[in-house]
Amino acid sequence: MERNEIKRLEDIARAIRLDIVQMVGVGQKGHLGGSCSIADVVTALYFSKMRHDPENPAWPERDRFLLSKGHAALVQYAALAEAGYFPKDELKNTKCLGAMLQGHPDLKSTPGVEANTGSLGQGLSIACGMAAGLRIDGCNSRIYCVIGDGELAEGQIWEAAMAASAFKLDRLVSILDRNGLQAMGPVKQRFDTNPLVEKWRAFGWHVVEIDGHDMRAILDALNAGDAVEGQPKMIIAQTVKGAGIPFAENRVEFHNGQLDAAQFETACALLGAGRTD
Amino acid sequence: MRNIQNPREVYGRTLVEIGCEYPNVVVLEADLGKSTMSCYFEDAFPERFFEMGIAEANMTSFAAGLSLTGKIPFTNSFAVFAAGRAFDQIRQGICIPALNVRIIGSSCGFSDFGDGSTHQSIEDVSIMRALPNMTVLVPADGNETRVMTRALAEYRGPVYMRITRNDLPDVMPEDTPFTAGKPHLIRQGKDCVVFANGQMVSLALEAAEMVAAEGISLRVVNVSSIKPVDVRALKEMVGGMKGVVTAEEHVLIGGLASLIHEVIQGMPVSMQSIGIRDIFGQSAHSYDDLLKAYGLTPVDIADAVRQAMR
Repeated sequence: MERNEIKRLEDIARAIRLDIVQMVGVGQKGHLGGSCSIADVVTALYFSKMRHDPENPAWPERDRFLLSKGHAALVQYAALAEAGYFPKDELKNTKCLGAMLQGHPDLKSTPGVEANTGSLGQGLSIACGMAAGLRIDGCNSRIYCVIGDGELAEGQIWEAAMAASAFKLDRLVSILDRNGLQAMGPVKQRFDTNPLVEKWRAFGWHVVEIDGHDMRAILDALNAGDAVEGQPKMIIAQTVKGAGIPFAENRVEFHNGQLDAAQFETACALLGAGRTD
Repeated sequence: MRNIQNPREVYGRTLVEIGCEYPNVVVLEADLGKSTMSCYFEDAFPERFFEMGIAEANMTSFAAGLSLTGKIPFTNSFAVFAAGRAFDQIRQGICIPALNVRIIGSSCGFSDFGDGSTHQSIEDVSIMRALPNMTVLVPADGNETRVMTRALAEYRGPVYMRITRNDLPDVMPEDTPFTAGKPHLIRQGKDCVVFANGQMVSLALEAAEMVAAEGISLRVVNVSSIKPVDVRALKEMVGGMKGVVTAEEHVLIGGLASLIHEVIQGMPVSMQSIGIRDIFGQSAHSYDDLLKAYGLTPVDIADAVRQAMR
């Protein structure tokens, strides 16, 4: 991977984080933390890895992206807007009455959204069904499904994990956003879903662990998975909740919190100026 | 003597028929294939059949995913699990985006008499009816089960259909075309009307014979399409009647009784309802024992008719 390509993607990820901050705005609640933790992975998918066409969202051969942790919709909206699925201006209307950008992904409202997700635990099952349906058609598209580590407490995740493996859905790639924080605090303290690698391997998945903010590592993991046949793939992305916004990093209050005017300005200045440290 | 058919048997055979005609029909099962009769489809089209294990939540969301690739999925389980255990999956992933998923609730009502309250689905129609975008169907016999199942291959939007385990006498003419929302006049009458669905339609016809001996002319209407429903047609069927009775193998809250109550509001006619009071079922050695214990027999319907006409 050329350095320029990595730099291009990192710039897009920064723009996406800026979009997220601007969607959250001042004095309104928004899922800042969990949107930013997966921003680099989402960027790698939409702007490098996935076959898709913003001009033709229903292109049958496209790869599909599902955000099972649907509360992080802001990151998907930012990516879709940056990719050209709809005008970036639309981001300003997120969660407004009548807007195309709902609080959770809604496929009938938003071009590029593939499923209604956000009731946690369901997106991975929907992704499995899509992978099975496309296989019947002989379509070799891939399905990418982002799940959260808090979401792993949902029993349906493990039903889906068994089904993906039982049906050998090898076009299914799940990325686990392991940011370590759920709404009420650290996953390890609140309801420990660990160990993760052992669990997913035991459920029949091909598992790798990466730094979810290292663009090169993300792309390498996504590409390496392509060669694995006969089993679904799990990429456990070690991430930081609120990544890229220093005052929000690893802070549970930004799971679905508000920014005050000073925080908003700070974040916009950091991201707009191209500095993330 | 009316011809007898088993609706789940008819359903299973019809699935194979539409499987032949519609390559996008796929079938999912939660380990009850020999009860729901999805087993016929499994034999005929193993590549389009998914044994999902005893995991109804995943089955239902998986079906949503299949539908998003253009398939017409039919999920199969007992009604109590199909509508109850997977409620949130139906609501969030299927009804909100109005996907073409067919949820088939088998062994509905008291028809799984021996297994008791855990397996007797008495509130499925109510909870499915409450969902925006959902179509709710309760076929009255084998003929209607066949026509509805065939229609579901092309119907738009999510559908819940409840099917009994029992053999049922034919009450609908063969091949009556399916029209969503249409109530069917099964027996003409001029004194009182019974609105029924499912098994209760044939029991209402028995009640009609009972009260005929007393000079009461009973109209029987099959409201198999609970949602959508043609309200104007229902009102017309009430016109001129001295009483209205509803009969359903379901709790009185939220199902047919509630629907008809909503329809006749403001009309000068009294209404009685046959259905399950606000209690759960229980095990019994026979289906008939449960019908008697819960007041769902033709005798009960006939009593309700007399009451309504008072």
